[in-house]
Amino acid sequence: MALADASSVPAPPPGLDGPDPGRWRRRLTTAAFLAPAVVMLGVWIVYPTIRTIVRSLFGRDGSEWVGLGNYETLFTTDTLVTAIQNNAIWVAVVPALVAAIGMIFAVLTERISWKVGFRTAVFMPMAISMFAAGVIWHIMDEKDPERGAVNAAIGAVKDVFGSSGVLSRAQPSSDALTGSIREGFTLQATVSPGDGALLGLTAIPPAEVPEGAEQAATPQAAGGEIVGTVWRDFKPGGGEAGVVEPEELGIPGATVQLRDTSGDVVSTTKTDADGSFVFADVADGEYQVAVASETFAAPFEGVSWLGPDLITPAVMIAYIWVWAGFAMVVIAAGLSAIPRDVLEAARTDGATEWQVFRRVTVPLLAPVLSVVFVTMIINVLKVFDIVLSVAPGSSQDDANVIALAMWRTSFSGVNDFGLGSAIAVLLFILVIPALALNIRRFKREES
Amino acid sequence: MLALLAGVALIAAGCGDDDDDGGSTGAATSGAATQEAEPSDVSGTVSMVGIWTGDEQESFQAVLDGFNERYPDVTVNYNPAGDNTPTVLSTAVEGGNPPDLATIAQPGLIRQFAEQGALQPLTFAKEEIEANFPQDIVDLGTIDGELYSFVFKAANKSTVWFNVQAFEDAGVEAPATWEDLTSAAETIKASGLPAYSIAGADGWTLTDLFENIYLRQAGPEKYDQLTNHEIPWTDQSVKDALTTMADVIGDSDNIVGGTSGALETDFPTSVTNVLSESPKGAMVIEGDFVPGVVTTDLEPGTDYDVFAFPSINGSGPTVVGGGDSVVMFKDSPAGQALVEYLASPEAAEIWASRGGFSSANTQLSPDAYSDDLTRTTATAIAEAETFRFDMSDLAPAAFGGTPGQGEWKILQDFLADPTKVDQTAQKLERSAARAYRDQE
Repeated sequence: MALADASSVPAPPPGLDGPDPGRWRRRLTTAAFLAPAVVMLGVWIVYPTIRTIVRSLFGRDGSEWVGLGNYETLFTTDTLVTAIQNNAIWVAVVPALVAAIGMIFAVLTERISWKVGFRTAVFMPMAISMFAAGVIWHIMDEKDPERGAVNAAIGAVKDVFGSSGVLSRAQPSSDALTGSIREGFTLQATVSPGDGALLGLTAIPPAEVPEGAEQAATPQAAGGEIVGTVWRDFKPGGGEAGVVEPEELGIPGATVQLRDTSGDVVSTTKTDADGSFVFADVADGEYQVAVASETFAAPFEGVSWLGPDLITPAVMIAYIWVWAGFAMVVIAAGLSAIPRDVLEAARTDGATEWQVFRRVTVPLLAPVLSVVFVTMIINVLKVFDIVLSVAPGSSQDDANVIALAMWRTSFSGVNDFGLGSAIAVLLFILVIPALALNIRRFKREES
Repeated sequence: MLALLAGVALIAAGCGDDDDDGGSTGAATSGAATQEAEPSDVSGTVSMVGIWTGDEQESFQAVLDGFNERYPDVTVNYNPAGDNTPTVLSTAVEGGNPPDLATIAQPGLIRQFAEQGALQPLTFAKEEIEANFPQDIVDLGTIDGELYSFVFKAANKSTVWFNVQAFEDAGVEAPATWEDLTSAAETIKASGLPAYSIAGADGWTLTDLFENIYLRQAGPEKYDQLTNHEIPWTDQSVKDALTTMADVIGDSDNIVGGTSGALETDFPTSVTNVLSESPKGAMVIEGDFVPGVVTTDLEPGTDYDVFAFPSINGSGPTVVGGGDSVVMFKDSPAGQALVEYLASPEAAEIWASRGGFSSANTQLSPDAYSDDLTRTTATAIAEAETFRFDMSDLAPAAFGGTPGQGEWKILQDFLADPTKVDQTAQKLERSAARAYRDQE
């Protein structure tokens, strides 16, 4: 404003070349008013920007001119390309989701009586620093269901529908058995009536041996019977694989299948306290014996949220959790500013609630939605701290984003300020369109 | 004169165990060999910057009190700088006003100072240091033929911590060789517990494992060459070490949480997995600082215990470690007296009896340590036939010391797929070549 006033002062009349003290004073006043802003902008915005651009054209230690070499490295290094791709995904997904979720919350809570409480709860994460939010989600996302709340919840749901078995896990004690706990363990050798079958399992924690288990025993087969034992083929020191030895306990309650040579189940039985089982009255022929998969209830191992495949969605969820409240509050403010009579008029004209929302509410909210959108795009482009705090070191390459790549390249031990500056410049260029949009909007609002 | 010196040595030794033969002999030798001036003649002020803060500072102050008993006219001003020590010292050297003495944990920084000419060689104490410390420690402090530093407080990274109950359940003993370790691990797995707890989220634990295997399998010469990048990481010895490393990390069923779980396990969690009432794994392979990172109800020695990293192909006692070294920036009689004192077993004994300290001083009696586990891990350093500084700490930070990048990240990828030995070696070489080139 000071500048505009100064320039609108009429020029001194021609012919008067002598000094005009009034004009100098006005200029001095203008300069005095401008100085703080100019100095601040110069020192903290203009100089660093120019310096960064210049620095990005030099090598690692700043003495060697490399031209666009750093930019070439930037677009040919795997992890940096991943960062650019991830940022693109972030921009495509997160602003839309934040706006959508914010809108849903705002619209749904508009007419309920306890909306203040609900909105406070949704807005609360905004009060937490991004880094702290990241740490919280890092812990919640841990793979071990005993530590990670998210996996604990999934595990609880799964347990309701899950199968129950006497063992959570086991492995065959020798090559005589093959298979896995999903398909059961099958004894490779075929058996006929009168034979015995030894089904030794290991890798069973002592605490998991079912209660009431007794010393394993090998039953003797009578005519027309196939008998055998399922037991924990382990004693301290290891013991001999495939041999029932003292101190080795039978596994009661295990499901054992008798299959014919084509793999069809002929008969099923359960083991006794000493792990023994009997199939009586078996017709002549060759059979296979297997510990059925029903014996095992594999515990839920947890989804690897922090692993390379799911890390970006996991960070996004944390980010949306923080920002949804902001979108909700802004959109709710926009909603309450919509004139009620327009909505009523639409309803009177016979519009359904969905049509009212789609054709009246959303168009009227458009300016507010664009504010949320543009703000989120700028925020998402520079997303940094939450990625750093959610992603463990082993998957930071997979979760990489431009701002994190810049920090990791410049500071965290690599100290390549040339390349780091190039990444910063790229980020700057990407933010410009969003900034331009924002500035245009400000101008429109002012006029 | 000699009688007086012997008297002083006896008084000093009297602070510790009286029946400590090693200590008194060491003191007598060091006294006779190096002290030229009588203690009472030496006076002045010594400034010292060090990394020890908190409890460590208190313990070091006790060591300095021991020094003042011998040299009452010398005042030592100790300034703790903690993790900022490299910055503090670099700035002080740049400004031309370094402290008289300092302790530094980074050998690379000591080399840098020595090459700048900022350090004074410890020639006056060379005889004492050579008599009191293993040759490898002396070599570590020697730059271009001059001795500039010695390790006062050492760390042993060649230890394996285990849950005693888990080993008893499986019926296995602490293994001494690599074959014993792998067969014990198989037995533990058969007993129903994963043998290894691996902190894959912290890449440095993987570099420590690699270095321990490499030093034993390829030998110290190759280790030094690889440390200086004189041989490439695609060398067959590296591939062999990676193959051996796969013995530990190759069986997902034998790792707590499997491979993907290990990649998300940070170091404290990996320790908790083993040092707890109901362990999730039987052992964790890391240095002497393991018990310090978690609080546990377990009793050291009875509930959890430690054994030395197993020997590979008959390798002798070997330690990969670290340590805080004493260096001298400004020469003075008082400074010299303090350096000589710190190199003596009496100084080490004061801190050792207070706990949280390992010394490489061979003259220090094992009895000086306050607990059994520290005695095991600490004496291993002094008794090691081969001692080498942690290789990744000596490498450029971009390669050996940056989370999510360089060696840390590449070994994490190797943990994710331990069959890719050749690709891992190639990736390590590419990353190392770049980092070492940038450093020059």
